[in-house]
Amino acid sequence: MTREKVFNGVQGIFRDIFDEDDLMISDTTSSDEIEDWDSLNHINLVSAIEKEFEIRFSLGELMTLKDVGAMVDLMLEKIK
Amino acid sequence: MEIYKKITALEYPLDVNIILRKKKSIKKYLLLQDDLIEKNIVILGGSTTSEVKNILELFLLNNGIKANFYESEYNKFYEDALFGNDILDKFNPDIFYIHTSNQNIIKYPGYKESESEIATLLSNEMQRYKSIWSSLSKFDCAIIQNNFDYTLDRSLGNLDSSDIHGKTYFINQLNNEFSKSSREIKNLYINDINYLSSYFGLKNWFDKSLWYQAKYALSLSAIPELAFSISKIINSILGKTKKCLVLDLDNTCWGGVIGDDGLGGIHIGTETAIAETFTSFQKYAKELKQRGITLAACSKNDFKNAKEGFEHPESILKFDDFTSFKANWNPKHQSIIEIAKEINIGIDSLIFIDDNPVERDIVFSQVPSVAVPDIGADVIHFIEHIDRNGYFEPISLLADDINRGQYYEDNKKRAVEQLTFKSYDEFLVSLDMMADIKSFSSVYLDRIAQLTNKTNQFNLTTKRYTAGEIENIAYRDDYIKFYGKLTDKYGDNGLIAITIGRVEEKQCHIDLWLMSCRVLKRDMEFAMLDELVKQCKEKGVSEIVGYYFKSAKNSMVSNLYEKFGFELTETNSEDTIWKLDITNYENKNKFIGIRND
Repeated sequence: MTREKVFNGVQGIFRDIFDEDDLMISDTTSSDEIEDWDSLNHINLVSAIEKEFEIRFSLGELMTLKDVGAMVDLMLEKIK
Repeated sequence: MEIYKKITALEYPLDVNIILRKKKSIKKYLLLQDDLIEKNIVILGGSTTSEVKNILELFLLNNGIKANFYESEYNKFYEDALFGNDILDKFNPDIFYIHTSNQNIIKYPGYKESESEIATLLSNEMQRYKSIWSSLSKFDCAIIQNNFDYTLDRSLGNLDSSDIHGKTYFINQLNNEFSKSSREIKNLYINDINYLSSYFGLKNWFDKSLWYQAKYALSLSAIPELAFSISKIINSILGKTKKCLVLDLDNTCWGGVIGDDGLGGIHIGTETAIAETFTSFQKYAKELKQRGITLAACSKNDFKNAKEGFEHPESILKFDDFTSFKANWNPKHQSIIEIAKEINIGIDSLIFIDDNPVERDIVFSQVPSVAVPDIGADVIHFIEHIDRNGYFEPISLLADDINRGQYYEDNKKRAVEQLTFKSYDEFLVSLDMMADIKSFSSVYLDRIAQLTNKTNQFNLTTKRYTAGEIENIAYRDDYIKFYGKLTDKYGDNGLIAITIGRVEEKQCHIDLWLMSCRVLKRDMEFAMLDELVKQCKEKGVSEIVGYYFKSAKNSMVSNLYEKFGFELTETNSEDTIWKLDITNYENKNKFIGIRND
């Protein structure tokens, strides 16, 4: 799976969870920029990603995810 | 007529991914509905409840309930319940939901502990919950309480469930105690997460990672199932459950087509696997019937053929089990409307089961307020669509519900007789009607509260009461409050009318005036009015003030006070206020014998 494909999938999930159809995210998008991106919604995002891409994050990994770019990179590792 | 469509993701089988991902847009959509009922719901959590609240909100909205929530701080369920706080005290709750799980069990038995020490542990654990329930009783509202799910890990293995030191054993005992309490404590309802977690699969129900990260006591994908279950109990508390199961016949009640295959050719009984699946479906319908759900048949068939199908010696259901039986060649939505009329219940109290998707579509599109689950074509799945959707979820088995089927059958006889009388008055006389009109008493409080929540048509103010509020009113002197029960020569109609009046000096304000539609046109309302006037005079009241608040369903009583001889004093859009000077009132009831306290 290409990085672009993964990125687009993540964007779709962000749009659903935050209910903004035209939300554009980038590698540097972080929880500081999206108002509703609190710790509980972070759980919802991660869980939706796990479902859609059929991967699992471990506890330690979740703590280190600082922005969308880091998230996508980690996903790419797992999808391989 | 409501134009919005229910969200199918929120009905069985739940679409968990859609619910979790799209919850915000689903919520927006559902908020567009008209006539939402508002309810204040308190969630007291023993673990994180944020997503539980969000998803529960959707299920309630899908049933026309707009909830305002109060959520306790994380794991503050005990403190909030016992000591309260300013916000909660002002919140004016209608319903409490206590979201606890095995994570909240304080101390399991140690392996060296004796039987009596373990009994003490159990009683200590119970005492916490009992003090919560008793402390909340001051709010007079329904309390929905989770029982306990099993722990995922069992260090004792299979022995965990049989040895008194086992966690599983301990949880089973707690759950038994919870059930017992719910039978003893009015308004306490158990949300059976022990069943839910096993239905869902315990290994999918509990997510260790999510527990350590966010202190959710169940996995995110299990939350919709949990919220669905809570919403079914709330529906039931609010009287929003269905009353009548409408069944197609060919390939629904039996396998095959009776008109083509004949009585010997249809599949029912225990001879073949196919026949057995139809038999088990009939058994399920019969169980519903036995606890007060009305059955109706709606089939495109020759009447004689259709009826004959139930004469099969192996048929569990008999022709007489059906209160209304439509077998003809009319479009099914027409037959369904006739069924509702014949039984005299709201069309939204019906659910329609038909193996044919075309028929389901027609009914669903022509009468959208009828529930039409998408059951597929295989009878083996029919039961789960009825069962899992909780259409008939009861909160208690009231004797009145169990007798209701009988009442509807009596009513059919009444309708037949009516045809043979010269005048309607003559018919009323012949009914030998006798009414008990009495003050609220403890045995009827639940039934009274239930009626205030489910009566929509003959209801002047549509004010909803909890059982607790009704109990309070029952003890207050400044209220006139009485119910009416009506019997006639065909049987007992049960408790069918309620009047609540608030006395302020020389005036009595009618807060609630309702009657079940099953006794329409029997002059019962006159008997109730006579009683109200009598009691008003005893309290020195000279004037009665009646209110009509227009709702989506109560237009049939917009002129009731006029019919009673009240004078219109105020009009506010479609709401009206009426007054009656009772000084020279003459009794209006001529046909019903009355027994008072």
